[in-house]
Amino acid sequence: MAAETDTTAVADRGAAAPAARRPRPVTTETPLTRALLLAVGLAYLALFLFLPLAAVFTEALRDGLDGYLASILEPDTLAAIRMTLLVAALAVPCNVVFGIAAAWAVAKHEFRGRSLFVTLIDLPFSVSPVIAGLVYVLLFGSSGVLGAWLQSHGITVIFALPGIVLATIFVTFPFVARELIPLMQEQGTGDEEAAVSLGASGWQTFRRVTLPNVKWGLLYGVLLCNARAMGEFGAVAVVSGRIRGETNTMPLQVEILSNEFPLSAAFAVASLLALLALLTLALKTFLEWRYGDEMSSSQPGH
Amino acid sequence: MSSAANGGRARRSRGPHPPSAGASGQRAWFHKPSVVPGFGLTFGFAVTYLALVVLVPLGVLLLRATGVGWSGFVQTALDPRTLAALRLTFGASFAAATINAVFGVLLAWILVRYRFPGRRLLDAAIDLPFALPTAVAGLTLAALYSRNGWIGQLFAPLGIRIAYTPLGVGVALLFVSLPFMVRTVQPVIEEIDREVEEAAATLGATRLQTVVRVVLPSLVPAMLTGYALAFARAIGEYGSVIFVAGNQPYVSEIVPLLIVFRLEEFNYPAATAIATLMLLISFAMLLFVNLVQAWSRRRFGYGS
Repeated sequence: MAAETDTTAVADRGAAAPAARRPRPVTTETPLTRALLLAVGLAYLALFLFLPLAAVFTEALRDGLDGYLASILEPDTLAAIRMTLLVAALAVPCNVVFGIAAAWAVAKHEFRGRSLFVTLIDLPFSVSPVIAGLVYVLLFGSSGVLGAWLQSHGITVIFALPGIVLATIFVTFPFVARELIPLMQEQGTGDEEAAVSLGASGWQTFRRVTLPNVKWGLLYGVLLCNARAMGEFGAVAVVSGRIRGETNTMPLQVEILSNEFPLSAAFAVASLLALLALLTLALKTFLEWRYGDEMSSSQPGH
Repeated sequence: MSSAANGGRARRSRGPHPPSAGASGQRAWFHKPSVVPGFGLTFGFAVTYLALVVLVPLGVLLLRATGVGWSGFVQTALDPRTLAALRLTFGASFAAATINAVFGVLLAWILVRYRFPGRRLLDAAIDLPFALPTAVAGLTLAALYSRNGWIGQLFAPLGIRIAYTPLGVGVALLFVSLPFMVRTVQPVIEEIDREVEEAAATLGATRLQTVVRVVLPSLVPAMLTGYALAFARAIGEYGSVIFVAGNQPYVSEIVPLLIVFRLEEFNYPAATAIATLMLLISFAMLLFVNLVQAWSRRRFGYGS
């Protein structure tokens, strides 16, 4: 009944509008102001977002498709691609496990110092990537706190894979947790209490009740975490040593190639990373659009 | 959480019964008893992981900084090259955050209030600087703003060079800090009750007066948060800047790059001192954001 009156009301308004030339609503600007603001905003975005994006692909394809493929299939570049994939494959799952554990503890339980704990989780976002790399050099480097001990045991962390993975874990630390915590807090503990009272074990409760409730939010967090893990430059640059073909990741390869000729090789690698960014944005937008109500309102990320 | 590793603390086997019987006063004080299991395991793991990955390494940095000593610290901080880098980093970050404050509010307003084709696409594109690796951003901006780049060639006849000068630093920081203001202000604009604007209009306010005196003041906490986030990101930014800045000592060298240089010279005391200084500034920003949000929740009833 109510719905019916609503539609007729809308239809009436729609029909009356062109005839009566309704006055401009007081809660909006004049059409001229609106057009002006829109033009300024779009120009700004064009200058700082769309033009750089277009430039990546134009520059990458400057030497034609053959040159583009040759740059990507260059052995050092392929090694960098493998390295980036490997680092992400190691770092992201670590932060997923942490994110789930932290969210479970924070959202499904009440304990002292909870807000401090949540603040500390966000800490890596306010630390410069360079400092994130530096702390591991000070800890594991040859003159670091554990340097001598590691050396005597023949373990290399800095200028090797473990250091790169650690630095990547540091900079991508909060992504999954900060996505899951608000979401699981909103959902409360009712479902879990019901499952437990019906005899489910803790693991069963998580696996069959909690996980299906948060799966899209989790995917969202993993997506952002992965994008940052694959694209991180500063922290990784400090700990990797940039050994070609060995400890170079794709962003580091971009930097090395940018000092060489032809520049299109650097842009070719950069275009792969740009594609990753576009794919991430597309999936992220899709998740927000399709499952937005099953995810917490996302906070500004990094 | 069916883990034996958690020993007696796992409450899985207790099933549906509240674990009040065995909970000591000490534990109830720390952790409110709950039917949902797994607190010991998840909290224990999360805290250990947080400590090992984040807190201990940062603690080591602070510890090494105390080893530098106060005089060494002051000496490093007051070194002309450090001072020049600090001036550039803070000056460029301040400029970038301020420009993005203006455009960020404008963009958030457009995205929330106006309907136009491509709005969704634009909304998604705002996050591009978050998603695009900084090395890609730096490489591209350097190409665009260099003397024969698409944008650089427009400024070259005027005698303005952008890439490889301090202006290049500003351009890179504008790019990386763009989303912060938009994304913090946008949800607040969505929440604004239009009736307030209608009330202002019925009381005779012009549209400009309504926006300036009614709408903008309610955005202030979110704007402060967005500004601080953008600023904090800008002072720590490294990847994109080093491609566009030219990196001349005293002229276009930013603080994070100086840390890297000191590290490559194996001058650990100087690297540690500068990094500690930056870290303390970052923590101050974080504290500021948290205070603003607490104040905003009390004053306006929402956190941004």
